[in-house]
Amino acid sequence: MTRFVLRRLLQSVVVLLGVTLVVFLLLQLVPGDPVRVALGTRFDQQTYDALRERSGLDQPLVAQYASYVGHALTGDLGVSFRSGQPVTTIVLERLPATLSLAVTAVLLALLVAFPLGVLSAVRSGSALDHAARVFSQFGVSVPDFWMGIMGILLFAGVLGWLPPSGYVALTEDPAGWASHVLLPAGAVGLVTASILTRFIRSSVLEVLSEDYVRTAEAKGLRSRIVVVRHVLRNALIPVVTVVAVQLASLIGGVIVIEVLFAWPGVGRLTYDAVQARDYPVLQGAVLFVAALFLLMNLLVDVLYARLDPRIGVR
Amino acid sequence: MRERTDRPTRPGRAGATDRHEPAGPDIAEPVLAIEDLTVTIGTRRGPARAVAGVDWSVRAGQTLALVGESGSGKSLTVLAATGLAPRTARVTGRVRLLGEELTALPEPRRRRLRGRHVGFVFQDPMTSLNPVLTVGRQVTEACEEHLGMTRRQARERAVELLDLVGIPSPRQRVDAYPHQFSGGMRQRVVIAMALSCEPDLLIADEPTTALDVTTQAQIVELIADLRRRLGTAVVWITHDLGVVAGVADTVAVMYGGRIVEQGPVDAVFDAPSHPYTRALLAARPGPGVRDGDLPAIQGSPPSPLDLPAGCAFWPRCPVRGDARCEHELPPLVPVAPGHRVRTFYPLSEDA
Ligand SMILES: Nc1ncnc2c1ncn2[C@@H]1O[C@H](COP(=O)(O)OP(=O)(O)OP(=O)(O)O)[C@@H](O)[C@H]1O
Ligand SMILES: [Mg+2]
Repeated sequence: MTRFVLRRLLQSVVVLLGVTLVVFLLLQLVPGDPVRVALGTRFDQQTYDALRERSGLDQPLVAQYASYVGHALTGDLGVSFRSGQPVTTIVLERLPATLSLAVTAVLLALLVAFPLGVLSAVRSGSALDHAARVFSQFGVSVPDFWMGIMGILLFAGVLGWLPPSGYVALTEDPAGWASHVLLPAGAVGLVTASILTRFIRSSVLEVLSEDYVRTAEAKGLRSRIVVVRHVLRNALIPVVTVVAVQLASLIGGVIVIEVLFAWPGVGRLTYDAVQARDYPVLQGAVLFVAALFLLMNLLVDVLYARLDPRIGVR
Repeated sequence: MRERTDRPTRPGRAGATDRHEPAGPDIAEPVLAIEDLTVTIGTRRGPARAVAGVDWSVRAGQTLALVGESGSGKSLTVLAATGLAPRTARVTGRVRLLGEELTALPEPRRRRLRGRHVGFVFQDPMTSLNPVLTVGRQVTEACEEHLGMTRRQARERAVELLDLVGIPSPRQRVDAYPHQFSGGMRQRVVIAMALSCEPDLLIADEPTTALDVTTQAQIVELIADLRRRLGTAVVWITHDLGVVAGVADTVAVMYGGRIVEQGPVDAVFDAPSHPYTRALLAARPGPGVRDGDLPAIQGSPPSPLDLPAGCAFWPRCPVRGDARCEHELPPLVPVAPGHRVRTFYPLSEDA
């Protein structure tokens, strides 16, 4: 197991290196001079050259990249063009907001999708099954920001139950955090719930038609035991991956929702960095998201090996 | 090992009844008796009458063989009888298991009877075991459910059973997963599972089709041996007429969802009276015959969606009686004691 994890960690490092290269090269293609943007409209040549030199932008590309990676290995992702703060600090500051939003959204989604998906498969063709299908069709066809706007209008506007936007740290004021996270997490979670409901339903349906389920029924086990012991365990193995991918994509991609709800997460940070051409911050944010993605994948693989005895890890 | 004080109404099971010995007077009630069993499956292209008016019974210690081409309704007959037919199927008729009318019972009671008294061995051991549970757990989970065993007792019982079916070092293997076994070993596991609650009836649905020839012979021998030792009634579905001759007491030949000939194995094999049975026997190339390989019979079996009005075999029949065969369903008539055949023109022995 340890060897398996170590091997996967090593692979992850290689992938991350690839990510830095791609991001680095892509940013070279973006038009606009970041130093100029950082300095605003009034500056003299001397200040310009100084900043350019301090940022290493006067070096050849290969050298720039090598120095970036070298520093990254020690946790130094450079400094923001805009604020001069270390990128690592900036991103780490934003991480809790994003993580708490993404995790809440996925938990809300699972709360709905798990029972709905399983029940609609076990009672396929029933009224509940049809309702579930309408729900998931609706959820995947409506974009999350629209759901967010409707949520704001209804729960913040008409009913006045929840604040329309803003963020309170979970560690400072859990209740305040909860009231703020509910709307954005609900908006994102609804879409995730639809995707997961569909996936869980079809996965359970597939397992229900397996021969070993008939074997279990032939043994005269109660149907609850057949479903829980024989069906779910098998059906949930692929679901784990989808949940992890959903979570990872939420961590990296709730930009619109974070902007809409003034949620100071990594998505919002990415958005601002693009606007300001703050390349070091942009690179840092992308790198962090990629690292989290890889970590999630590793966790999924370990979980897989625990759930499915056919996958040998030793 | 087999103490049966819980069921005084049980048919006598005086060990093995060799089929060549004359059976005693019919005082014992059959373990399983089905009467006029009909199964209609709702499909997108309309109702398919896959099984119609099937009657047979099997007694303790005896083996009934169900034979017939692929799609003739063999599996569906036993699944419907035990309450395992697909949800889209409508089942009518009477089914008596150990004297209880199954069709009249509510599902929970039927489920318990099935789990406690019937063991199943299905065709493909590669798919009939759950890949994420240890074989030990699967072999005896029915004992926990129906015999009130604890997990620990069930595990001990699993070791015993794995040993019984000839799995080497059962104490180590009990915690292994199905993928760690070969096909033949998996089928042994499935057999152990089927025997776990000491069933009165074992249903083996083509238990050897998915296995290689050597393993086939071993599995056949294993089931036959266990039946002799435990006195279990067996319903054996097979394409292999060699197996039928070797292990069965009675045989029922199915065609197009109906029984076309049934009786004691010797009588049916010595004097096949239905043209289909005769063709089946003529087409027997040796052990291990697979689905539908019947070179002696031209054409293919009828679709359950579109059955002819008369004899289902008429379009392929080498005898081709007359218009009556085409338009009228022949009844199942006796040609000898216990030997019945569904045709207007039974073949005589020397035909
Ligand atoms: N779940 C189902 N849905 C629709 N039709 C079915 C279903 N199960 C069986 N049938 C149909 O019922 C008929 C009888 O099937 P059955 O499985 O009993 O055949 P069989 O004699 O066991 O054949 P084989 O030797 O291939 O196992 C077939 O025509 C089959 O197409
Ligand atoms: Mg079959």
